[in-house]
Amino acid sequence: MPTADTAPSALDLERHRPHLMKFARLQLRDESAAEDAVQETLLAALQGRERFAGQSSVRTWLIGILKHKIIDHIRRRSREQLLEPLADELDPDGPRAYFQEDGHFLEPPQQWQDPDQALQQHRFFEALERCLEALPKNSARVFTMREVMGMETGEICKEVGITPTNCWVLLHRARVSLRACLEKNWFSGGAPTIG
Amino acid sequence: MTLNLSCREASRLLSQAMDRDLKLTERVALRLHMAICIACTRFSAQMQFLRRAMNRYPGPEEPECK
Repeated sequence: MPTADTAPSALDLERHRPHLMKFARLQLRDESAAEDAVQETLLAALQGRERFAGQSSVRTWLIGILKHKIIDHIRRRSREQLLEPLADELDPDGPRAYFQEDGHFLEPPQQWQDPDQALQQHRFFEALERCLEALPKNSARVFTMREVMGMETGEICKEVGITPTNCWVLLHRARVSLRACLEKNWFSGGAPTIG
Repeated sequence: MTLNLSCREASRLLSQAMDRDLKLTERVALRLHMAICIACTRFSAQMQFLRRAMNRYPGPEEPECK
């Protein structure tokens, strides 16, 4: 059992609200739904604060709860609305801009030096966020449902009303774009090492 | 499916492998391609890294300014 002094106070929890809101907005793209999800998260955390194990940071613990609340919100919606027309993002040959006509990489992936070290750095995640924001909207949405919320593609297809094939096309596009963006903006030699 | 994949096709299968079980022919074609393609070998490792990064998103807290 955690001792009483590992349990965060209401104030400890509350100071994470702006950060949780930013996360929820990005996933839900709806201000009032984001507010609801964050409110439910902070309430659940306050009620369950004795269960906070102290092994991760308070913020990591809160984000874990928030992910569940966001998925609940997504499931409660009758149907997610895709934000933009899909056609531009659904080239079955994938993201053409990154490949030559014959299917070779336009710019072949380079060796990344010790990439996992970047996961310790706040600034790496800022760079990642900028890359996410540069993605086409539908690709970004499906990608974050898959990789941040950890939803299965079958469920994502159902929620956003697209076929599995289209879902895979959007995910492929997002991954190829993000990879290239991270290589350009973080891993191409000039990467800062202090986060 | 042809056994002779381009990097574009290989990257598509490497992406889909993260979302569904590939068919046997797809796995074989991918393995053959990866054996001779350093670009796609790196691409594959970077896809796994991307998944780890997204799993940790939004990452460590901003260092506080004192």
